[in-house]
Amino acid sequence: MEAASPVSGILVLAADPMLAGDIGLVEVGLTLAKAVVAFAFLLVAVMLMIWFERKLLGGMHQRFGPTIAGPFGILQTLADGTKLFFKEDLVPDRSDRFVFKLAPYLSLIPAFLAFAIIPLGGDFNNGGQVEWWGRATYLQVADPPIGILLFLAMSSVAVYGVMLAGWSSGSKYPLLGSVRASAQMVSYEAALGLAVASIVLVTGGLSTHDMVVAQAAEGYFGVVPRWNVIVTGLVPFIVFMIAGTAELNRPPFDLVEAEQELVGGFHTEYSSIRFALFFLAEFMNTITMSAIIVTLFFGGPAGPVLVGELGGVNIAWAWGVVWFFLKLFVLLFCFVWMRATLPRFRYDQLMDLGWKALIPVALGWFLFLTALEVGRERGWNEAAVTIVSLLVFAAAALLLVRAVRSGRRARDREAARSDEPSDPATERA
Amino acid sequence: MAEAVFVVSAVIILAGAVGVVASRNPVHAALFLVQTLVGVAVLFVLNDAHFLAAVQVVVYAGAIVILFLFVIMLLGVDKAEELRIEPIFGQRPLAAVVGVSLAAVLGTVVVTGADVLTGLRRAGGDRALDGDATDIERMGRVLFSEYAFAVEITAALLTVAVVGAVVLTRRASRSDGSTAAETAAQET
Repeated sequence: MEAASPVSGILVLAADPMLAGDIGLVEVGLTLAKAVVAFAFLLVAVMLMIWFERKLLGGMHQRFGPTIAGPFGILQTLADGTKLFFKEDLVPDRSDRFVFKLAPYLSLIPAFLAFAIIPLGGDFNNGGQVEWWGRATYLQVADPPIGILLFLAMSSVAVYGVMLAGWSSGSKYPLLGSVRASAQMVSYEAALGLAVASIVLVTGGLSTHDMVVAQAAEGYFGVVPRWNVIVTGLVPFIVFMIAGTAELNRPPFDLVEAEQELVGGFHTEYSSIRFALFFLAEFMNTITMSAIIVTLFFGGPAGPVLVGELGGVNIAWAWGVVWFFLKLFVLLFCFVWMRATLPRFRYDQLMDLGWKALIPVALGWFLFLTALEVGRERGWNEAAVTIVSLLVFAAAALLLVRAVRSGRRARDREAARSDEPSDPATERA
Repeated sequence: MAEAVFVVSAVIILAGAVGVVASRNPVHAALFLVQTLVGVAVLFVLNDAHFLAAVQVVVYAGAIVILFLFVIMLLGVDKAEELRIEPIFGQRPLAAVVGVSLAAVLGTVVVTGADVLTGLRRAGGDRALDGDATDIERMGRVLFSEYAFAVEITAALLTVAVVGAVVLTRRASRSDGSTAAETAAQET
């Protein structure tokens, strides 16, 4: 009844056609079912992902990885999880008990909520809607008007879990680890947001569903798909991939839990099921981040329908699910691959990369795409726009590099001039 | 339904606000502030201002309070503060006066329905979000046409703040080789 009035806006999921009309039992049931299925999927995916990562890392390290539990060791995660469940739950004496217990959930819940906006399937050659029980709907838990901003909001809320876990432990190493982690996450969020802005620009909207619809359109030369990774010219993808890895605190950006320096990072004091929750959140975040990359840059579930009908049942939507999972799998493989290949960054290198390379590049590329867009609207010569923008960027890059260099020279001069060889206060660590 | 959402989020906001003032631990106060901010975001959603709600969470909860926590953690002031001394003379009576007048202004607004103070019949006036355009489109159009000057001035202000922060943290070298801090120490 509420839906007819503007009050329906209180439902963040207003863009889904199912929720445009009256809200009855079927709509509520479908929404609940979608949420439960997505949650169950994430849990199973985490289990498989941990196994997959260990197995693949083992292969890349020329060893076997888990082999004992189940065929190919596939049940190893289940065994580990069960073990963690029955271990003693320790709460340090000097900890802030309530915050200590709250922190794992603050990590876990955003990881799941961000997954809600990802389109998981549907036939995007025909708009991506499916019809179940007479209701047209999308195969995603929610399609809020703020779309991809929900992902950014959730990734900024996730910082609290890490930060409070370290602080509330009442111990030095977790605190250092959490300060590192939150500094890193806050720094790379800016680059992440700028890369997302490029996608929003070419899509003309925030909704993840619209992004996939835009990418499902007719591609180039009939064979190359119209994925945003091509439309936006690769740079936002590279920036997003690097910033996303840093946001996840995965190697090579895992100095948050650098074992040699910090024992175990922000979760040193955690044990038992609370530690398992952090672990779960970490891998859930990896899967969510890969799914977001698939949605933003690789067309999400968009793809050809090979067999439209099977035994009289329309299964076109299932091909979307197949394509989505294939793409997701490739990206997850890349994340493990990077972990096995790249050595860990040093802290100052991490901050330099984030602030002096990724953010300027992402911002510059965003402005370039904007210039192209404006030029197209006004009918300017595209080649001229490109050349002028590139010249401006070359000049800006030169200025930035010179500024960084002169800053470094001045620091070095000062360090050489001062009595003590290096001042601990100026060292960023 | 809308009333229920309003009441629940209002309770969350007020509880958070009281918690900020009442809790003795600065970290707890910051967490209560997050609670208030998220409650306000819910109210934005209730008024169809989805973009504002997202920005509220991203900017205030995600960046500003994180910075508060950073400072609290790095400076290690995570214990109860000494409350007997007043850093600024006459701080407390002044705070009472300002607080009472703020409450009076808010009370007036609530009682009179806003038109005494601002002349507006309702918040937003004829730009209320009931057209076809989404809130983000309308906001973008208004910000970069009618309020473009204010936006630019704010940008300049932020730049000045950044430059100021850099100058404060930098150890500027003088011609004789000593740092600014050393020079200041010699002068006093």
